[in-house]
Amino acid sequence: MASLLNVDRCTIRFGGLTAVSNLNMSIGNRELVGLIGPNGAGKTTVFNMITGVYQPTEGDIFLNGARLNGLKPFHITAKGIARTFQNIRLFVSLTVLDNVRAAFNLHLEHGPLHALTRGPKFNREEAAIIEQAMDLLKIFNLDRFRDVMCKSLPYGDQRRLEIVRALATRPRLLLLDEPAAGMNPTEKGALMTLIEFIQEKFDISVLLVEHDMRVVMGICKRIYVLDYGITIAEGPPDEIRRDPKVIQAYLGE
Amino acid sequence: MSRARTILAVFVTFLLLFALTVERPFSSHLAYYYDILINIGINIILAVSLNLVNGYTGQFSLGHAGFMAVGAYAAGSWADHLSGGLINFLGGPNGVLTLSLKPFPMLQPFGIPIALADNFELLVATLFGGLLAAVAGLAVGIPSLRLRGDYLAIVTLGFGEIIRTLILNIDFLGAARGMSVTGTYTNVFWTFGFAALAIYIVLGLVNSTYGRGFLTVRDDEVAAEAMGINTTKYKVIAFVVGAFFAGTAGSLFAHYTGYLTPEGFNFFKSVDVVVMVILGGMGSTAGVILAAILLTILPELLRALAHTDFVPAFQRGLEGIIKIHLPPLQGLLENRLILYSLLLIILMLTRPQGLFGDLAGSRKRVATSASK
Repeated sequence: MASLLNVDRCTIRFGGLTAVSNLNMSIGNRELVGLIGPNGAGKTTVFNMITGVYQPTEGDIFLNGARLNGLKPFHITAKGIARTFQNIRLFVSLTVLDNVRAAFNLHLEHGPLHALTRGPKFNREEAAIIEQAMDLLKIFNLDRFRDVMCKSLPYGDQRRLEIVRALATRPRLLLLDEPAAGMNPTEKGALMTLIEFIQEKFDISVLLVEHDMRVVMGICKRIYVLDYGITIAEGPPDEIRRDPKVIQAYLGE
Repeated sequence: MSRARTILAVFVTFLLLFALTVERPFSSHLAYYYDILINIGINIILAVSLNLVNGYTGQFSLGHAGFMAVGAYAAGSWADHLSGGLINFLGGPNGVLTLSLKPFPMLQPFGIPIALADNFELLVATLFGGLLAAVAGLAVGIPSLRLRGDYLAIVTLGFGEIIRTLILNIDFLGAARGMSVTGTYTNVFWTFGFAALAIYIVLGLVNSTYGRGFLTVRDDEVAAEAMGINTTKYKVIAFVVGAFFAGTAGSLFAHYTGYLTPEGFNFFKSVDVVVMVILGGMGSTAGVILAAILLTILPELLRALAHTDFVPAFQRGLEGIIKIHLPPLQGLLENRLILYSLLLIILMLTRPQGLFGDLAGSRKRVATSASK
């Protein structure tokens, strides 16, 4: 399978602490991959490394063969990697619609001067963006909240809005950081269906960091397991479930 | 452009054309009100432009007076040292610039001749001041905008002080003697023309998909970067546009007072503008305009209560009543700035979100109740 993302022997050190050590990871086109590990294993650090928030101390990251090292986060997003956050980071002073509109910024044809002259081209583009944003919101059943301030949405809807916002950047790879955190079992079930639906509907790859084993095991085709920054296992869910190293990392001796 | 907007544009154009013919009255009573009007215009420019930086983009700048000083001194030196070259270049004092409107009586509403050369001179000086301030904004912004919050505030504060100290030590700019500016050309037309331009540009920038970027930088820089928004670029744009308008306000101020001192652009001038932005509600242009008007008028109203000079009859009556019935209040009114500060504290306690700060919130409530 041609791989979309290639993480090649990446290491991150913060002073004396090695947060991620010699990580090799590849994600194929339209693949749904999981990344699990106990607390503090370095999962979110891997996310931050892929999205350019941190630079790897050693090793390279490639997206479709293009090297991502040294690029700023917004450049990496422009190349097709979008993410959500572990603690929800919506734009709190904006409405639901404007949160999604802001993410269209990346593919905008008009600049500040068009915004000032307000010509027909500008108006057409604005109308098109609002329509596309509304289409996205409709898919997630959030369109009825379009003018609501996003901070007043229920928790689960805020999480879903974060996914909508990430999708608005038209990614090829979507990174989801603990999307099921704080959800009840019913919501988790709905979330699993939703992630599979997104993957098919938008024809993208998904990398999922999650604590909830039922969610990860249920939808991921392949799983990486991190412990203290080291990859201790990699493979399909059934293998991971039986892997003695994984069991030891989670349950102890 | 919609029909309503066209009508509004025509209306504003006529209003500004009318303003072009208004001159500083000779009567000292009316001149006092005219001066307040000009001050309101200058403060609106300052507050609206700072609101783009502090309010919409969330970068706390305390250096607005510094940019205003750059604009003021640039415009002042333009008038005193540089503009002669341009006039000669354009064919001398009797050339293009002294073009009279006498042959076109239709263009002279109310029979008042428009001093075209003066207005042209002011426009050039103001654009020059604004551009130089924008360059200063770029020079300060690029290295310092990687800092956040308090740190940025300290750096911009330092910048303002550096500008002030530099001017104090440059003889060409008059140093501590101050600088006399040739030509008090500032009028209602250009003051409110530039205020309208500042409002239009700030609102135009912010109310577009492109402009949502400014708000995302304020709300969450990490998330904004993750959504593909170049936060540094947005911060620099906000800073440069803000500095440009601070510069134009400085130029209008220079050509209005005719005299500049470095002390006029100290830290407290920056704080005055910051207070207008905070009182108006960070990120609400309408609120900030209202605050600029209010905070310009308020000290004058209080002055009017304490002194009989320039005070209209109804207020003079009020003063008499206070004098006779409430003598202790008289002392308070003499120290009007104490009362002014007290009013500010009361305003902030009752409306911590600013005058118009909660508009977005009330819009939300309307929307939710409508969707139910």
